[in-house]
Amino acid sequence: MKILLKKGRILDPSSGLDFVGDLLIEDGNIRGVERDIELSEKNITMLDCQGKLIFPGLVDMHVHLREPGEEWKEDIESGTRAALYGGVLRVACMPNTKPVNDSPEVTSYILKRAKEKAWVTVYPISAITKGQEGKELSEFGRLKKAGAIAVSDDGKWVANSALMKRALLYAKNFDLPVISHCEDPFLSFKGQINEGKISAKLGLKGIPSSAETIAVIRDLLLAKETETSVHLAHLSVKENIPFLKWAKEEGIPFTAETCPHYFTLTEKEVEGYNTLAKVNPPLRTEEDIYAIKNALKEGYIEVIASDHAPHSPLEKEVEFELASFGMLGLQFLLPLSFNLVREGVLSELKLLEYMITNPSKILRVTPPSFKEGALAEVIVFDPEEEWKVTEEIIQSKSKNTPLLGKTLKGKVKMIILQKTIYRADT
Amino acid sequence: MRHLLDIQSLSQEEISEILRLAENLKEILIRPIPKVPTLRGKLVLLLFYEPSTRTKFSFERACKVLSADTMSFSAKGSSLEKGETILDTVKNLYALGVNLLVIRHNLSGTPHFLAKHLKIPVVNAGDGIHEHPTQALLDLLTVKEKLGTLSGLKVAIVGDIKHSRVAHSDILAFQKMGSSVYVTGPAHLLPEPKEREFFEVKSGGFKVCYKMEDALKDADVVMALRIQRERHGEPFIPALKEYAEIFGLTPKYLELIKEKALLMHPGPINWGVELSYEMEKYPFQVILDQVENGVAVRMAVLLRFLSGD
Ligand SMILES: [Zn+2]
Ligand SMILES: [Zn+2]
Repeated sequence: MKILLKKGRILDPSSGLDFVGDLLIEDGNIRGVERDIELSEKNITMLDCQGKLIFPGLVDMHVHLREPGEEWKEDIESGTRAALYGGVLRVACMPNTKPVNDSPEVTSYILKRAKEKAWVTVYPISAITKGQEGKELSEFGRLKKAGAIAVSDDGKWVANSALMKRALLYAKNFDLPVISHCEDPFLSFKGQINEGKISAKLGLKGIPSSAETIAVIRDLLLAKETETSVHLAHLSVKENIPFLKWAKEEGIPFTAETCPHYFTLTEKEVEGYNTLAKVNPPLRTEEDIYAIKNALKEGYIEVIASDHAPHSPLEKEVEFELASFGMLGLQFLLPLSFNLVREGVLSELKLLEYMITNPSKILRVTPPSFKEGALAEVIVFDPEEEWKVTEEIIQSKSKNTPLLGKTLKGKVKMIILQKTIYRADT
Repeated sequence: MRHLLDIQSLSQEEISEILRLAENLKEILIRPIPKVPTLRGKLVLLLFYEPSTRTKFSFERACKVLSADTMSFSAKGSSLEKGETILDTVKNLYALGVNLLVIRHNLSGTPHFLAKHLKIPVVNAGDGIHEHPTQALLDLLTVKEKLGTLSGLKVAIVGDIKHSRVAHSDILAFQKMGSSVYVTGPAHLLPEPKEREFFEVKSGGFKVCYKMEDALKDADVVMALRIQRERHGEPFIPALKEYAEIFGLTPKYLELIKEKALLMHPGPINWGVELSYEMEKYPFQVILDQVENGVAVRMAVLLRFLSGD
């Protein structure tokens, strides 16, 4: 069984390929990428990819799938379907489920459910501390054995510095990446949105940028001291950047991530108490967007993830201060990130590096690629097509995104995952 | 204007209009029988999710003078405590034929949230640390009555500006009417540098002062805010005693302000803290006038939204 993709622009960050040509898939594996593949056999599915980009599936290392415990918002089936439609063929899911994924039992449960239901590969991230309470380390060894790919208390910062240091050290025994949600909980206490003009206007308690930067600095210092890499999740403020630059120069092991909403949307989205734009860290300002883009350009931040965080109307159609933090991300990840290419911030290959190879490297997995014999994880993307965000298009159970009604540019047209061809248009 | 949600969205003309109407309506309040049938048959829902006697009674009184019927609802002991959402509660009450909703809530933006979902006018009677527009309007009315104008005045507001919805509305309202506003108090309770831009209304002036003297000097109006020592269970002020000594209005400050400067307080007052006991005798203390004007302003607001349809 052969699938031949013809005349697309082939991009593969693993091997640096960037040329217009053909890609051959045989029995679910990559068989060849060349300028021109001519086959005379009959039993071939030919896909015309003129004007389209062909690249390996994205790896989104920051996703909330809500299963177990909050299946009314999302579950492994619906979340991974949204991933598939978004061109994301591997997702790492955060442990703030109910119960928290802090035990081998929950980790195994997620993997078992993924095996039964998931459309794409699921990598469970387990908690750094038991119950994400920031008091006691969870059992990294047993978690790793059960299939945990990383540890994180996402949603919360491990505010006890001694405990975080211990976590970074203990993670070395198991080669587990440690992912930090950088937020000083005292500074962000009861905070709702970015602290500034808009928080004053709306009478909502602000989350100052210092809440993030202070956490970033501490984590960098601990990474230096322990000589263990820390991954800084969803960075959002300009104040971080000089410290990231410093850490790079010092050779401190760390990686940093941001999400499309932090280089696309500003705090203005929450005006009128729009709970759909309530997210943590909060949407910031134009200046922050500018700085985050610059950090991507300079390579201080080298991962783009979605922080896909579904919430139902039960959590969003309420008083602003009662509304949950989070917005959908999986299906908007590529179109929004592709703006970086249009704006000249990143090249196509660099962007894909940030969304495929870098997250893979951090998670210690072989990235999806077009190497001969690799599993077929292939995306066909039309960078020019415009489409409107509607509830119908959203594959998640929840529809919480401030992008509803807006038009995005760039659309995933086809996904070839092993032997199956999905057409995302229908 | 479909709702009265905040001062931010009101123009100077709209504010003037409400004040004019309130001035006219005050006449009814001094009649031997202060009641007119203007809003007969209209039903006003007073939804108070926060304990409040003053504002609630003021709205209730305004309704009664205009012959509107009222329904009251307090959160305590209600279905809310059984886990019903506010939206469900309001939709149910709305189905009973309510014509206007007055809402007080401890969370900022709740009136805006309800306004999005309701077809009737919503009047904000105080939301979280956001705004308290009718309080600002009654403050304007009081000052206008006493000083004859609202433009060119120096208004000093003392206290917890950061968490005061009254202050937020007053800062915007006085500036919109052409006055300048100086705020002072413990610095961690004043707008932070990043927040200040919001309070600077183009037509007026706004200044954050760390010294009481700078704010009070030559003030035409001094407003003291009610202070709470604790916020979210955390002590925000070291001690009320120190507050009273430094930020409390005492006779020593009278030398700084203008000769006939008005002294205001939105109530309820902590005597001996925001205002020293001696200040009760200060001749230009207009705290009870504020209360009276509160009724007139709320009548004007009800009339504006309820008459004519
Ligand atoms: Zn997080
Ligand atoms: Zn997250």
